[in-house]
Amino acid sequence: MKKIINNPSHVVQEAIEGFMFAYSDSMTKVENVNGIIRKDLQDKVAVITGGGSGHEPLFLGFVGDGLADGAAIGNVFAAPTPNTVQEVAKAVDCGKGVLFVYGNYAGDVLNFDMAAELLEFDDIQTKTVLVADDVASAPADRKGDRRGIAGDVFVLKIAGAASGKGLSLDEVARVTQKAADQTFSIGVATSPGTIPGETEPPFVLGDDEIELGMGIHGEPGLKRTKLMKADELTDELVDKLLEESNIQASDEAAVYVNGLGSTTLLELLIVNRRVAQLLKKKGIQIYDMDVNSYCTTQEMGGFSISLLKLDDELKELYDAPASSPYYNKAQKSREGVK
Amino acid sequence: MSVETVKCMTPSQVKDMFLYVGDKVMESKPLLTRIDSAIGDGDHGIGMSVGFTKAEENLRANEFTTVNDVFKTVGMSMISSMGGASGIIFGTMFVGGIKGLEPKDSLDLPLLAGIFEKALEAIKLRGKADLGDKTMIDAFQPAVEALKESAAERKSLVEGIRNAESAALQGVESSKDYIAKFGRAKSLGERAIGHQDAGATTVSIIFRAMKESLERPGNE
Repeated sequence: MKKIINNPSHVVQEAIEGFMFAYSDSMTKVENVNGIIRKDLQDKVAVITGGGSGHEPLFLGFVGDGLADGAAIGNVFAAPTPNTVQEVAKAVDCGKGVLFVYGNYAGDVLNFDMAAELLEFDDIQTKTVLVADDVASAPADRKGDRRGIAGDVFVLKIAGAASGKGLSLDEVARVTQKAADQTFSIGVATSPGTIPGETEPPFVLGDDEIELGMGIHGEPGLKRTKLMKADELTDELVDKLLEESNIQASDEAAVYVNGLGSTTLLELLIVNRRVAQLLKKKGIQIYDMDVNSYCTTQEMGGFSISLLKLDDELKELYDAPASSPYYNKAQKSREGVK
Repeated sequence: MSVETVKCMTPSQVKDMFLYVGDKVMESKPLLTRIDSAIGDGDHGIGMSVGFTKAEENLRANEFTTVNDVFKTVGMSMISSMGGASGIIFGTMFVGGIKGLEPKDSLDLPLLAGIFEKALEAIKLRGKADLGDKTMIDAFQPAVEALKESAAERKSLVEGIRNAESAALQGVESSKDYIAKFGRAKSLGERAIGHQDAGATTVSIIFRAMKESLERPGNE
């Protein structure tokens, strides 16, 4: 496995150093831990995200205006440590409390919860919204077991906008939870990624095989099948997504097609074309579409599709401008995708 | 005194034991990676190596006058360096049992059993897991039971740890029959059956290394 790294033990630290060289005009590194915060902190509820490294530009790339105020970074595919989360929270809190927004994985929950306990000693109030958008990871009656994947982007966007409006911690948490409840994703893997420094891929897929619903660390999905044409594959994923979500004809939704690392924009655009055709056919109003690779798995092949069902409150927050080194959204009034 | 009758260890001996344990866990990284790749995300061995590397660094940098501080140093090194679920869980295996414990200047079998019994409760509380969930508890709980029984029977320290090791190994075997309730293996459902749990395997490696460390020449 060819990787452009130095020492496998130093990849996270060196990546953060590289990030800081590029963005120190707007970012500050939190001392002694792998944490990043924005420089121009405001007098508002702080939003913190985080998780394992290896999913770049999540999570450090989503620290910025209208997004997260800080990110706690873990080792590759491992949750950040409690003291990392604690130090990031201490660095961003201005007395109005901190909202944690991250994907629903056992390791992340353990470490963020322990950090929340430690922060009580610092008199910092915290609340948590877990992103559990992957409909392939558990059935609807066990929604609390679902993993968080690319839907992080939608939920963070709403959390950042809500806190930017000056809402209280309870209100920011409420509306962010609503966004999390209305976010649905499903993915497909076409080839494994790598763990930097390891010689074997974390899972094996045959040359002509794909796995529908596979998670972003290679967690098993719904089924393994033969590679199909883009339209056929997209149809299957969108059908499953609509079956699992509560999105119906005449609903409005934002759409995000996310590449997992090695799938090209050319391919993602072909998928997006089909997603748009299908949703229109079903009478679902497309409020916005984003085609990008925000939540990756070290050149894993494949993509995911995320839908955020919007109401007036979420729409207003979705429309708020946001900018970070890897995510930008200008404020504009929309009449939906034509 | 022969190792067979040794009753207690000084803090410095406990430190040496955990340095040896760390070496053995690090040596097992390829094995743990292989086991974890089968049903987990393949990084358990990497995480444990990170934790024990940090523990070794912090153990070597200090002299210890209490058993409590040795356990605390090992556990906090893990919690502060590993991340992931195993950072908290294995960290708690070492710090969970010394919370509120008065400073001890020697470690005997009843104390070891007591520390690990409390740690087991702390792990269950934090991880919300129980025996049979295909986690490290599947090995740790039987090991703790064995330590307690051995202590009640007034066995020597090394006998107690030997019994704990074989109980942990049986626990690893049992973990093959379980459906996972946590981590990546959870979504495998019945497909995880037949595979042993990586965390439970690490627990058995830790107890084996504790035993070997006590049996090493120089401890007699």
